[in-house]
Amino acid sequence: MEGPALALEAVTKSYGRHAAVDGVTLGLAPGERLALLGHNGAGKTTLLKLALSLTRADGGTVTTLGCAPGGSAWTEAKREIGFLPESVAFLGSMTGRETIRFYGRLKGVGRAGCEEALAHVGLAGVAGKRVKTYSKGMRQRLGFAQAILGAPRLLILDEPTGGLDPESRQAFHETLHELAGRGAAIILSSHVLTEVEAGTDRIAIMREGRLAALGTADELKRRAGLAVTIRVAVRPGGGARLASALGGRSSERINDHAVELRCAAGEKRALIERILGLGDEVEDIEIVPPGLDAVYACFGGSGGGERERAS
Amino acid sequence: MTAVATIAGREVLAGIRNRWMLAAALLLGVLALTLAFVGSAPAGPVAASRLAITVVSLSSLSVFLVPLIGLLVSYDTLVGEIERGTMPLLMTHPVTRLRIVLGKFAGQVAILAIATVVGFGVAALATGLGDGGDAEAWRAFGVMVGGSILLGAAFIALGTLISAVVAERGTAAGVSAAVWLVFVVLFDMALLAVLVADEGQVISGDLFRVLLLLNPTDVYRMLTLAGSETVGALSGMAGVSAEAAFGHALLFPVMVLWIAVPLGLAGLLFGRKEL
Repeated sequence: MEGPALALEAVTKSYGRHAAVDGVTLGLAPGERLALLGHNGAGKTTLLKLALSLTRADGGTVTTLGCAPGGSAWTEAKREIGFLPESVAFLGSMTGRETIRFYGRLKGVGRAGCEEALAHVGLAGVAGKRVKTYSKGMRQRLGFAQAILGAPRLLILDEPTGGLDPESRQAFHETLHELAGRGAAIILSSHVLTEVEAGTDRIAIMREGRLAALGTADELKRRAGLAVTIRVAVRPGGGARLASALGGRSSERINDHAVELRCAAGEKRALIERILGLGDEVEDIEIVPPGLDAVYACFGGSGGGERERAS
Repeated sequence: MTAVATIAGREVLAGIRNRWMLAAALLLGVLALTLAFVGSAPAGPVAASRLAITVVSLSSLSVFLVPLIGLLVSYDTLVGEIERGTMPLLMTHPVTRLRIVLGKFAGQVAILAIATVVGFGVAALATGLGDGGDAEAWRAFGVMVGGSILLGAAFIALGTLISAVVAERGTAAGVSAAVWLVFVVLFDMALLAVLVADEGQVISGDLFRVLLLLNPTDVYRMLTLAGSETVGALSGMAGVSAEAAFGHALLFPVMVLWIAVPLGLAGLLFGRKEL
């Protein structure tokens, strides 16, 4: 069976007295998409740099595509890694096509593969223009094109959607989905929580260099014990009757015919049954699960959190 | 080696696009032409070919200009790419850090070599073809151009080493200026001062010869000016040549060492650098 695309075991990295990454254990399977969340300075970029051997760990082990970064097999392993840095930069005097062909030659990808990557990110029409004339979004798309050159087995993306318009973001996530379907493991750091929730399989939240939480979005929501919101639409004037029928449960009356209730995930079913017991008084029920922003605030904020180990 | 050639090719392309190569070739060409026509004016009465005199003039010019161009091309080769953010991306591609250093070095030497051959070649053609410079003068010219490229390569290697050591481009620029000043101006002045003060007590001829090898610009002077009888006589280096007794067989390897050692150190330090 194929091993993990990326495996970090008790990895630590300090800059002076500041522990940028502190005892992180994390695994990434082939075909898996993992989002890395955390405040600025939480250690996300350092973690990605460790995986790429751009910086060395003080302790623990890093195994990327089966080999230790920096080791003898590392140079060849890099052929199957795609990386998009947070602020991607290219030589402005080169054209988009020259830039992609340069990285393509280093990776052993032919001209056809380079053109395919340019077309994939929608830059084929402007590939003959110099990079210095590109907008931030176009440079980001060029960066993504170089990252997906040669069908990488591991994609490491640091804030990849910064500067992209909504349409490009959609196309970006579709490409990630396609690559993951072909077996590529993807780790991306991001602050755009809605994208992360929709476009990744697992979420890792970092706080002060440590892994504060790791799991699927649903797992993290359950673990955080966040309240579920239930919005109930009642007949005009029924709001007060609903509140009294629920026996003093804390609720927020939106208007005369709508009430919003909060309950723990475990109480949700019993509460809905009680609401439905009101019969014709209830016109509609909408269940709103806690969003990833609430999960992030719980684990990634300075107050809460739990330290976890990856399975 | 494909990766080295690929990176070197990008350096050359960038050098052409940002007009570096053109600027260096123009600078060398204009100054060389000026020296060729002004400096070789008295050629007639001394029965020396204009080309031989031009070689002497150009050698003196090279000692100042070529190290400067070499350092300007290379001082931010590594630290500049790190600051601009292009280096981390390059380092995640299947190429070792040593090959990145070698590729960039090779590209920059190619830029300097093309600029030197074109710039000096124009002056040589203008003077050599005019009065049909003799074979020895052409040979001396060849040695001078080759030596200039080696001298430039040595300073590109030094610039690369500076770029691998420092953390900021500004620092690299300052250190490069200091290195140029030391090797091109201060070293010889200091050596002269010590010789005068010493009056032959401690510094023997042997020691003096070795001390000259500690400066690539002096190695270059001995290589180009003392190598040819005519050119040596014209430059006043014939005496030095006899005194120094260093042939090309020693001077070339020493020049190569001046390239290989800083470049090797740069590769070693860059290999350990954390981004």
